[in-house]
Amino acid sequence: MKKIFGRIYILIIMLFLYLPILTLIVLSFNEAKSMSVWTGFSLRWYQELFHSKIMMGAIANTFSIAILAALIATIVGTMAVLGMAAMKQRTENVLMAFNNIPMLNADIVTGIALMLFFLMIHWPRGYMTILFSHATFCIPYVILSVKPRMNKNTDRLFEAALDLGASEKYAFRKIVLPELKPGIMSGFLLSFTMSVDDFIITYFTRGAGINTISTLIYSEVKIGIRPSLFALSTIIFVVALVVLITVNLRQSRADRAV
Amino acid sequence: MIAKKRFATPFIFWIIAGTVIPLISIAYYGFTSREGGFTFSNIMAMFQHDHLQALGLSLLLAFISTVICLALAFPMAMVLRESKYGKQGFLIFVIILPMWMNFLLRTMAWQVLLERQGVINSLFAAIGLPRQEMMNTPGAIVLGMVYDFLPFMILPIYNTVSKIDNHLIEASYDLGASKFKTYTKVIIPLAVPGIVSGITMVFIPALTTFVISNMLGGGKINLIGNIIEQEFTVNSNWYLGSGLSLVMMVFIIASMLLLQKFDKTGGQNLI
Repeated sequence: MKKIFGRIYILIIMLFLYLPILTLIVLSFNEAKSMSVWTGFSLRWYQELFHSKIMMGAIANTFSIAILAALIATIVGTMAVLGMAAMKQRTENVLMAFNNIPMLNADIVTGIALMLFFLMIHWPRGYMTILFSHATFCIPYVILSVKPRMNKNTDRLFEAALDLGASEKYAFRKIVLPELKPGIMSGFLLSFTMSVDDFIITYFTRGAGINTISTLIYSEVKIGIRPSLFALSTIIFVVALVVLITVNLRQSRADRAV
Repeated sequence: MIAKKRFATPFIFWIIAGTVIPLISIAYYGFTSREGGFTFSNIMAMFQHDHLQALGLSLLLAFISTVICLALAFPMAMVLRESKYGKQGFLIFVIILPMWMNFLLRTMAWQVLLERQGVINSLFAAIGLPRQEMMNTPGAIVLGMVYDFLPFMILPIYNTVSKIDNHLIEASYDLGASKFKTYTKVIIPLAVPGIVSGITMVFIPALTTFVISNMLGGGKINLIGNIIEQEFTVNSNWYLGSGLSLVMMVFIIASMLLLQKFDKTGGQNLI
């Protein structure tokens, strides 16, 4: 009995989560512009999407910003973890408290604060300000994923390598990096997804004339929903599905290997 | 020592330029008048009728959405906990997947469903029911909030309830506790850290959103997020916008402190 209730409940939640997405997917193949009448199968909205220069530009911006922001955040964050290990506990605690601010603060406040900062120092808003802002909110996530991997043992192994005649560079590459690697990888991936997904901070820190996928969707929805956005939804959904399945499969294979 | 303090220099620079100075600039603009003098009027502007109404509505809608999310998520987390291992992984996957869809597109989906010429109304019309006005209502906004933020409630709660030792629950039953008592005395207290971080992850974005209210409220229903956003993008009154943001931050900090009181682990489950 209890099992049946559980199953029905899961089903209801699944329907709630997926029916809206499914609707978008179905409508993306509808020939008419209508949201309610099915007039036949068509790929015209996908064509419209791929022929839109603005959309292609926004996609390029989104991914180039995400990769660069994640790279910057990963380097700055990992170096910060190494640096903090040499500091007194109290200094470290203060830095970690500041580190938590962008994560706990509401995105709208972070966005506005950065926008005011750019206005104050007369940094014209555009690609670079978005990149700076994304790195700002990504660094905390990198630090939180790398920090747990850095412990006393890492340091001892490094010292041992030096005693055995390794150069600092070599010991760092062969001892420290492999220890930190899982944290660095997950910090990078987390940053990348946060950056791709962000709308609010980008909205306030971008200038006129530059769009990411999110800001473009927002301005298009305001004018009126076009079915090419349904096509975009379908593509994003399929990409997310493929990526998550791949990651999960690799994970479970790795689990079995252990 | 591999660690050298100077490695943290870029990070400290980033904290100062990306977090500290920007926050100080909000405070600066918030306490400055358009003419450049010191003033409290941007802060006190929150007491204007329109602004108070928007803040009240934001608090109310965020509260309702959080309660609904909690009510939906807790049973879901318990069902997940009790499902078999392989199935569990699949279900978690199914819950995470929508989070990877851009949330603007997810919100847009509800616009498509709820609009007067939209999918649900067409279904109504097809079976002879009158078309309903569902868009541009507070209900539509709550629906959008619940839909967008539900996974953020389910995952942290699931993370804590999945770690509860089965023996504790069995012991509770063995000692004669009823099902209700086991929940209130054993399971829920152990799930508090997850519940607290779930509430934080739903309530604060819901309180400060301007996107969901803009898309599903048709620009007719103003939340405090909309008021602030308009001050910056439409009216270009950064002073007033900053003042109102400062007041909103007070509410964010207050709700966090209140929630921290319930969570004795000190917010380690926040992510």
